[in-house]
Amino acid sequence: MLPETLPAQVAAASSASLRLKPRALTGRGGSWVVALAVGVSLLSLLPIAFVLGVSWATGWATIEALVFRPRVAELLINTVLLVLITLPLCILLGTALAWLTERTNLPGRRLWSLLAVAPLAVPAFVHSYAWVSLIPSIHGLPAGVLVSVIAYFPFLYLPVAATLRRLDPAIEDVAESLGLKPWAVFFRVVLPQLRLAICGGALLVGLHLLAEYGLYAMIRFDTFTTAIFDQFKSTFNGPAANMLAGVLALCCLAMLTVESAARGKARYARVGSGSAREQRTVLLSRGTVMLGLGLQGLTCLLALGVPLLTLGRWLIAGGVEVWGGGELLPALLQTLSFGVAGALLTSLAAIPIAWLSIRAPGKLQRLLEGCNYITSSLPGIVVALALVTVTIHFARPIYQTTLTVLLAYLLMFLPRALVSLRAGFAQAPVELENIAQSLGRSPLRALWLITLRLAAPGAAAGAALVFLAITNELTATLLLAPNGTRTLATGFWAMTSEIDYAAAAPYALLMVLLSLPLTALLYHQSRRTAGR
Amino acid sequence: MNSKVPSFLKRALLVTALLSAGHAFAADGVGLLVYNAQHESLTKAWVAGFTEETGIPVTIRNGDDTEMGNQIVQEGAASPADVFLTENSPAMVLVDNAKLFAPIAPTTLEQVDAAYRPAHGQWIGIAARSTVFVYNPAKLAEKDLPKSLLDLAKPEWKGRWAASPAGADFQAIVAAVLEQKGEAATLDWLKGMKTNATVYRGNSAVLKAVNAGQIDSGVIYHYYSFVDQSKTGENSKNTQLYYFKHQDPGAFVSTSGAGVLASSKHQEEAQKFVKYITGKEGQEILHSGTSFEYAVGKDAPSNPKLTPLKDLDAPKVDASKLDSKKAVELMTQAGIL
Repeated sequence: MLPETLPAQVAAASSASLRLKPRALTGRGGSWVVALAVGVSLLSLLPIAFVLGVSWATGWATIEALVFRPRVAELLINTVLLVLITLPLCILLGTALAWLTERTNLPGRRLWSLLAVAPLAVPAFVHSYAWVSLIPSIHGLPAGVLVSVIAYFPFLYLPVAATLRRLDPAIEDVAESLGLKPWAVFFRVVLPQLRLAICGGALLVGLHLLAEYGLYAMIRFDTFTTAIFDQFKSTFNGPAANMLAGVLALCCLAMLTVESAARGKARYARVGSGSAREQRTVLLSRGTVMLGLGLQGLTCLLALGVPLLTLGRWLIAGGVEVWGGGELLPALLQTLSFGVAGALLTSLAAIPIAWLSIRAPGKLQRLLEGCNYITSSLPGIVVALALVTVTIHFARPIYQTTLTVLLAYLLMFLPRALVSLRAGFAQAPVELENIAQSLGRSPLRALWLITLRLAAPGAAAGAALVFLAITNELTATLLLAPNGTRTLATGFWAMTSEIDYAAAAPYALLMVLLSLPLTALLYHQSRRTAGR
Repeated sequence: MNSKVPSFLKRALLVTALLSAGHAFAADGVGLLVYNAQHESLTKAWVAGFTEETGIPVTIRNGDDTEMGNQIVQEGAASPADVFLTENSPAMVLVDNAKLFAPIAPTTLEQVDAAYRPAHGQWIGIAARSTVFVYNPAKLAEKDLPKSLLDLAKPEWKGRWAASPAGADFQAIVAAVLEQKGEAATLDWLKGMKTNATVYRGNSAVLKAVNAGQIDSGVIYHYYSFVDQSKTGENSKNTQLYYFKHQDPGAFVSTSGAGVLASSKHQEEAQKFVKYITGKEGQEILHSGTSFEYAVGKDAPSNPKLTPLKDLDAPKVDASKLDSKKAVELMTQAGIL
């Protein structure tokens, strides 16, 4: 999906073709790695097992009564409409902005491309908070679509822009020499080459739409996730909440299937000697420049201006007072420690699977990766419900502990660590590991001393992504946080629930500030992999 | 990146990481554990006073009434909670029915007016709140006010009132309607509500919407308006409160409860805590603080700004019979949840 997967795939393919199978896999250390990888993957199946188990225990009659009722139809219509309207708008906006910043002579395009990624530093529910305090009456589907597009379009912008940068202009030249008009070249030649990027980005946005709670709760738009939360508030993990979670999980799996069907089987890599030529910059007419600047400016105003201005307004209104009270610092420390511990744990858990996918790719490894991928597509509310139910009945010692929260983060964010770590492993030559073993190091020690050291930058980038996700996580944290703990996100939520917008502002500001460096890292990475 | 970062910096980063990871685990709570569904600010004031007096540290876990009630029932005998505080009675009944409460000490029971605690003494009232109809006089004239809460299900109220049905407060009101009017009438009323009412999340959000003129009126508890008035009044200055009185279901006064878990390993401290909040100092916090909930202690005055409890002419509802499970089921059936 994201650009950093590519080097990994290339390296995996080349190492397989050279038949440089590592010795480790046959030895004792190798079976350990396999066992660990299988263990992590089995763990990640827990939420799915929970949904199936609960459905089984509930019985068909109750399921029928709880699932086939008008309220569920209402939620389904809401959720489907939200996805069907938001996704095309995100694709349109993301692609238009990417084309403008990558392929044209739009003034200030470097700056615009940075500004198109920056909204990611603002958590989705803070976007919603900004809008609802700017226009208090805003609610329902139109509001849901507006705020969703603004909060999530960078997920499309990033991969589309990265792909646009890498396209070989020769194909476009051929199309033009055959008589196609520029717009026809775009739609018949450029756009089809963006298919993978658009599919991947759209899937990411779609899954966020299904999983998000805070954004929609604040603007009074009911989706499955908000309804599950309402049921949880009334019944804890009652059957109605669990059944809605089952339907939501099915929606996510349906979305994964649609995306994998839409990806198609076409080939996108270029063949030919040498490297691709520099792309031509499209010279825009004055009218188009004004139009382009208008679009960039408007997006920027809505996606950055509104949150920053309202945040600023509430900070001024709240004055020094809202910074006192002594709750902000503990919440910040709690968020940092959850983030760091979660990122460490998730990265560690990703090592065996990442190692297998580079050193011993095959059916088993694909299956294991698939398990993790599916679970991470499930909304936080489903994962949290599963963990609450399982720990309360079967694992009481870890019930309400930090370990359970970290486990939820692990299940939800493992692929983020995996993707970067895999890229790191791919760049560490297997020969070095083999030599270390031939010099008497055990396989695990060789992995630790050689490969992990070389993969450290990739691991760090992955850990940073996980950290970012944890900083802004609300739903699962609300359900699972240990007694007496509060993070920035849950503190923010407690304040806004009481309509104390001024007291919520410092929490929002701290979340944005924490996210900024990592958003910058994401931006930097996407530029770097483009090879310039 | 590898070569540019000095090794001492890397080590410093590693140490910070490990320390904060350690911090994450060290944060798991200590002392008396209170499952708190009351307003956090009120419970914090009680805890501060209690800890100052006794030196016993208290950890608070926040949640909603029936969420935490169901949670305690699932946790059963191994519940980590020592004390359970709610905003309304139904969640207390839920835990009581599961036989998870230890009896409240008789001296503590004596501190509270008999109308605000069940006769069996398994839990005790700590505060009270009244249902109120909040309206915007610019949108709704005084002569058009409804006579009864049940009138709001009639067609002429379509799109004209708001509520927060996902919250325990409104669910307690539904439980009271159920107790007074029976299942069939309650379901009919809820179906009317599904058509007529606009749903918000939280009573504060309802008040804010009525104040802004987005909706004519709403059903909430009385103190939201008083709390806002005591601050800036920006979310209530355009609203009026109307009490149904006449023992109407809409005049329901809800009792907030406290119970000591039978499974608690700190029985003595837990009983002390309940004694403190129902005693003179605890009830004084309701009188002089900013919660604006009614005090229920014997001879404990409520905040003078409030309409006195005895003037509200509330219906006689046995708090120990309020059935939250049935109420939520009916609301689910009516498509509200």
